[in-house]
Amino acid sequence: MAMPETATDALEARLQAAPSGGGAWIRAARAAAEGRLRAMGLPGRRDEYWKYTDPTSLISPEVAPAEALTADEAPVFDGIERLRVVFVDGRLDAAASDPLALEYLEIEPLSQVAEVDIHWAAEVFGQLEARGQDPVARPLAALNTALATEGLVIRAKGVVPRPVSLVYVHERPSSDAMIHHVVRVEPGAELTLLENGPAAARFNKVLEVDVADGGRFHHVRAQGRDHDRQAVTHLFARLGAEALFKSFTLTVNGALTRNEAVVELLGDDAVAHVAGAAAGDGAEHPFHQDDTVFVTHAAERCESRQVFKKVLRNGAVGVFQGKILVRPGAQKTDGYQISQALLLDGDAEFYAKPELEIYADDVKCSHGSTSGGLDPDALFYLRSRGVPEAEAQNMLVLSFLAEALAEIEDPRLREDLEARLEAWLRRRTR
Amino acid sequence: MLEIKNLHVKLEDEDKEILKGVDLVVEDGRVHAIMGPNGSGKSTLSYVLAGREGYEVTEGSVTLDGVDLLSLEPEERAALGLFLAFQYPVEIPGVGNMTFMRTAVNAQRKARGEPELSAAEFLKLVREKAKALKIDADMLKRPVNVGFSGGEKKRNEILQMALLEPKLCILDETDSGLDVDAMRLVAEGVNALRDGKRSFLVITHYQRLLDHIVPDVVHIMANGRIIRTGGPELALEVERHGYADILEEAS
Ligand SMILES: Nc1ncnc2c1ncn2[C@@H]1O[C@H](COP(=O)(O)OP(=O)(O)OP(=O)(O)O)[C@@H](O)[C@H]1O
Ligand SMILES: [Mg+2]
Repeated sequence: MAMPETATDALEARLQAAPSGGGAWIRAARAAAEGRLRAMGLPGRRDEYWKYTDPTSLISPEVAPAEALTADEAPVFDGIERLRVVFVDGRLDAAASDPLALEYLEIEPLSQVAEVDIHWAAEVFGQLEARGQDPVARPLAALNTALATEGLVIRAKGVVPRPVSLVYVHERPSSDAMIHHVVRVEPGAELTLLENGPAAARFNKVLEVDVADGGRFHHVRAQGRDHDRQAVTHLFARLGAEALFKSFTLTVNGALTRNEAVVELLGDDAVAHVAGAAAGDGAEHPFHQDDTVFVTHAAERCESRQVFKKVLRNGAVGVFQGKILVRPGAQKTDGYQISQALLLDGDAEFYAKPELEIYADDVKCSHGSTSGGLDPDALFYLRSRGVPEAEAQNMLVLSFLAEALAEIEDPRLREDLEARLEAWLRRRTR
Repeated sequence: MLEIKNLHVKLEDEDKEILKGVDLVVEDGRVHAIMGPNGSGKSTLSYVLAGREGYEVTEGSVTLDGVDLLSLEPEERAALGLFLAFQYPVEIPGVGNMTFMRTAVNAQRKARGEPELSAAEFLKLVREKAKALKIDADMLKRPVNVGFSGGEKKRNEILQMALLEPKLCILDETDSGLDVDAMRLVAEGVNALRDGKRSFLVITHYQRLLDHIVPDVVHIMANGRIIRTGGPELALEVERHGYADILEEAS
């Protein structure tokens, strides 16, 4: 892709900040990412993949300031026993974190792992990201690989007894954070990873997850409530045979959120579910939320589900781009994709681009996308029983989101997020 | 007491008058039945009483115990004691039947300044009422009316009525779609609620229901008006001869 000079300049300016030094493995990984990035260039407004979301503010040299909200409720996952690791404006805060030790778990800061010359992380760091660049370029992920110095390198070697919980705190109004995590779930091992918090005024995060045969990985994320924050996140996952991968994201508030998930089912009988619920109200602050998902079936009898629900009002914008690619030979694939928006007024917008690309003949794939308002008959039915209008609306909104939330397996986590959503809705209807 | 005076109703976004001067008084403790040909405006009357959107009252008034119903929101009417058992109960995926009913009961209690029921108290109450209507635990757990058979939906309406203990119960064709046994259950449910104060407006096409729920007064509605009022024998007349004679007589 030939780039106009200004775009090249912008890219080179960003790469100026590339870390020097470090061990051999990470220098190689960063150099490779720089190479990829130079070849593809930064995304622009004209890129097909960025048709509905303007990437300008995600790549601009200046970060638009964002006020950090002071919490008016207990943080999410508060009651859950977990290993907490805190990042403040993108930097690991060891003092605020639990000791990095848990049964069946290896967990190290990326900054430390980067200092050694040989590490298993080399097999994953930047590797899944690189695989995910084809057939669609994801330059902001390559930028992250090239620049990120913070993150965690995690290995589950058995059934890890408690979730690892990453808490992202946003303090400085113009913080610009880049974090890159690597996770490997060994054969038969199991890990739950939680993430919550706004992280920074601008946040670029990559999470690479390598799930070996029979491994199980659960991911539940609550994206921070700060109104003006901007975030671009990439989740790259590779699944071995009979592996299980489940990721759920709740997004409320945020001027701009782009969550990409790129999942490859490489071993037979693997299962991958990617789901999300988003609630946005553009009345006082802009809200733009984009889920971009790409699931590749490259083995037999695998199952994938994409379930995305968005509730939008007052000029809030929701985007869903989702693809299921079934490679030749991926017989008996079971692929499902649904994206739905509930538009609470005539002002909200939802753009959906569902895609199926199938090169095997014995598969079952379905997709659907809808947008519409609340069902007036249901609303009247509830009200006729004495439920006040606002409460009836909220009941219907929560019921609309229920299919996505049902993708969270652990009932404690699911109920916790449901309670957040309810509180969020109630704050907006009083 | 429900008092409807010269009620004229048209569709909000169409120039179509559906109710053309309805007069009706239902005293406390009474059971009134409304019969009438398809499309005569019976459901429309029930919707207008319950406060559904889409209709415009162009003339007339409706009061319940002296309170102007038409100026109230649907939930306010419910809290005042009005209940409509729908001809077509609405399916609400994703909302549990139990959660729905507890929310409704507590919302009404709250609106009336009464203490809310705890989950345990409500559970006890609902179990007792559900048993009488032969509604099993599974139906309580499922989403509101989703996947319910026609008869199950109607029984679910009566369960809600039993829980909410309204002052005025409007039953819009609650008997249609019920088998003989279910009809008896529903009628027993209704009769159990008859206490000399609570009043009922029973819309039906069939005399059969009125064998079980014996009305004090029977009205015939046609073309947006009540064209004839009488005792239970009027329902028998309709059953035997249809509406032709009555319609002719009225015109
Ligand atoms: N929203 C609407 N749009 C158009 N026409 C309507 C609407 N609501 C009611 N009508 C018309 O008003 C008339 C009365 O309808 P309504 O449902 O009240 O009749 P009904 O007496 O309950 O009939 P049935 O015995 O078949 O239930 C019918 O002609 C119906 O088509
Ligand atoms: Mg009707």
